[in-house]
Amino acid sequence: MFHVAPTTRKRKVRIATTSLSGCFGCHMSLLDIDERLLALAEIAEFDRSPITDIKHCGPCDIAIVEGGVCNAENVHVLRELRANAKVLVALGACAVNGGLPAQRNHVDVGECLARVYTHRSEGQAGAVPNDPELPLLLDKVHPINEVVRVDYFVPGCPPSGDAIWKYLTDLIDGRIPRLEHPMLHFD
Amino acid sequence: MTKAAGHHPTELDVVLARHGRDRLRLVQILREAQEIEGWIPPETVAAIARALDIGVGEVESTLEFYSFFYRRPRGAYVVLFSDNITDRMLGNRSIFDHLARRFGVRRGEVSSDGLVSLDYCSCTGLCDQGPAILVNGVAIPKMTLARADQIHDLIRSKVPITAWPKEFFQIDHNIRRADMLLGSPFVPGSALKAAIAMGPEAFLVEVKRSNLRGRGGAGFTTGVKWEAAKKAQGDERFIVCNADEGEPGTFKDRVLMQYYPERVIEGMALAGFVTGARSGLIYLRGEYLYLKTPLEEKFAELRAGRLLGRNILGVEGFDFDVEIHMGAGAYICGEETALIESLEGKAGRPRIRPPFPVVCGYKNKPTVVNNVETLCKVTEIALQGGATYEGYGTKQSTGTKILSVSGDVERPGIYEFPFGVRVNQVLDEAGARNPKAVQISGASGACLGIREFGRRVAFEDVPTAGAFMVFGEDRDMFEVARNFAHFFAHESCGFCTPCRVGTAIQAKLMDKIANGHGTQYEMAELTHLREVMRAGSHCGLGQTAGAAIADTIGKFREDYEKRLAHKDFEPAFDLDAALARARSVSGRDDAASHILDHA
Ligand SMILES: Cc1cc2nc3c(=O)[nH]c(=O)nc-3n(C[C@H](O)[C@H](O)[C@H](O)COP(=O)(O)O)c2cc1C
Ligand code: SF4
Ligand code: SF4
Repeated sequence: MFHVAPTTRKRKVRIATTSLSGCFGCHMSLLDIDERLLALAEIAEFDRSPITDIKHCGPCDIAIVEGGVCNAENVHVLRELRANAKVLVALGACAVNGGLPAQRNHVDVGECLARVYTHRSEGQAGAVPNDPELPLLLDKVHPINEVVRVDYFVPGCPPSGDAIWKYLTDLIDGRIPRLEHPMLHFD
Repeated sequence: MTKAAGHHPTELDVVLARHGRDRLRLVQILREAQEIEGWIPPETVAAIARALDIGVGEVESTLEFYSFFYRRPRGAYVVLFSDNITDRMLGNRSIFDHLARRFGVRRGEVSSDGLVSLDYCSCTGLCDQGPAILVNGVAIPKMTLARADQIHDLIRSKVPITAWPKEFFQIDHNIRRADMLLGSPFVPGSALKAAIAMGPEAFLVEVKRSNLRGRGGAGFTTGVKWEAAKKAQGDERFIVCNADEGEPGTFKDRVLMQYYPERVIEGMALAGFVTGARSGLIYLRGEYLYLKTPLEEKFAELRAGRLLGRNILGVEGFDFDVEIHMGAGAYICGEETALIESLEGKAGRPRIRPPFPVVCGYKNKPTVVNNVETLCKVTEIALQGGATYEGYGTKQSTGTKILSVSGDVERPGIYEFPFGVRVNQVLDEAGARNPKAVQISGASGACLGIREFGRRVAFEDVPTAGAFMVFGEDRDMFEVARNFAHFFAHESCGFCTPCRVGTAIQAKLMDKIANGHGTQYEMAELTHLREVMRAGSHCGLGQTAGAAIADTIGKFREDYEKRLAHKDFEPAFDLDAALARARSVSGRDDAASHILDHA
């Protein structure tokens, strides 16, 4: 597929990351590359990411997406990343398949919201919040490839720090990323 | 209920007794058990499991596998519309919709009075006289709106099918071109006499000299197959006639079994003569139920003439007899090892080969599986010798091949040509109307465009199991490929992941493109998926399931392109509609509660 960098690298590779409908576990796993973070910082810099707290991303080389798409905001963030990134990666089970949040797909979202907000105990009558600030839920949680084009899928819940490191360095060095069986072996 | 409970076991007992409570006959038992109530209730499953001394799960695994077994009540009349692309081209959808409206029943449902259920099914092998339907398993060709109305009235007045007008069930042979096989008279017993005169060894030499190759698709040399089965270790051997003919667009075996049954059965006896097998099994697809009784009558006739049974034609120790096993609506059971699993009463999942059936087949004994047409061909060899094939056909494909021609032609039907015939000549003889494409060898075969019409039908060039579907210039090849994609998704046996998942994704991608949400991304995905299925699937079904799509993308890309959205990517679902439910429960309608795509 795509190579991120030309054979001789002059500028740093720009990476954006986001957690859509995920648990941040995949980001924690990214931090699990430990001291290799320093090596990564030599060759890469971060655009929009929980690591930098930049809110909107600009043109970048790699977008790493954790989590599936469960609400309107997720759609906008994901599309912004896709529009700006050369290579977009689904990181972890939630981004790849919908994962744990997709467990809600067999319940009606309306009933689910009503159950949580209106059927309160002790006679309090609540209402489903209607603040426009709140991202509105989609009726189903979708893996990200159902909403944008995805270049790579890295499975795992979460993928290990080693797998993420191997994947990123392959990509940055212009090799076809390849995760051998032990890195995809979860039991 | 009490009355029913007292009543059913006896009927079921009769069925069970007829099959000797033999676990290997489970598919046949289920077929007949289903006739009692039109479906198979859990109590019946339990009763069968008890009687055969196997687990309920084992019975269910077979039951679930076949399209024609029902685990929920069905209408007293089950009407299934054949849904091959050729049926579609002849307007089956509008007739279906008409009938559904008149009965007030939706696809896959039973009418509230329990009278009728309506659905589609895979190709029924009546492409030259479609659109076709099955009513309670019996085929009715040439459907029209007028005939649909008549059928509606008959069902409404609960007339039993046996009392329906005979002409409804009239199936034509439509033999348009006869050659060596279809054009020669045949005296039952003559081929056996000739072979007996030669002796099994010498006859096998003739079969090998003819270089006859299997007509079921794979083209394996028949003489070599027979010899392997003859030499294999085993105290019992079997000859299986593959009459599953499930490949969409193929219907020549139906004609052979209806109009040339002596040839088919005698071909099996010849195989028994050479290999030493004493039992023959015809695996007849469920859709051809109407052929069962005539074939069985033919068996009786041949037994009376000492052409089946003990000491055939007075030859001491030459015993051979045949029986029919019915299929139950599963295309994969045409694959020879899946077929054997089905013969053994199991779900039709292809076995791992080797060992090949010639060594370890039915009941783990040496088994020859041959196509109906192949078995007819060996009667020719017995009568005329293997050398007659020399100079007929091509070097690697000797003799003649029967083609089932359908689609946009003046004269659809059966055409027997010497191998090596050019596609153009078939088109001319059938009266093709401005053909733009020919799908050869069915959904799993090759799609040829105009520039390839000079190619030859032969194993060296364009191999075929017999289907030859013609598409005129106005036909949309995308819809053709989409029809096949759904066929494979439905027929995948589910055993291996590349095919089970791949055929499902393939069908979804085709639907996505059909609904206007496709982009170049889906096109690339289809191509990629085809490679995964071809390289990773366990059997021929998965390996060929992407072929028609790959061919039509290559040759008729414009039929895809005109549907594509010129965007990087489009979701298959409407994002704004996906927010509607949450909008309504929260009472919101602000800008942030919508996703509006400006197309
Ligand atoms: C998915 C699939 C379906 C098949 N369907 C049929 C069929 O309906 N009839 C048939 O004769 N062979 C069919 N075959 C081929 C058989 O496996 C087998 O090769 C053939 O019956 C051998 O007989 P022959 O040597 O006389 O051709 C099918 C193969 C595959 C992979
Ligand atoms: S894949 Fe696992 S670790 Fe990653 S976001 Fe989902 S639940 Fe968390
Ligand atoms: S390729 Fe398809 S039909 Fe064949 S074994 Fe695999 S799942 Fe079954």
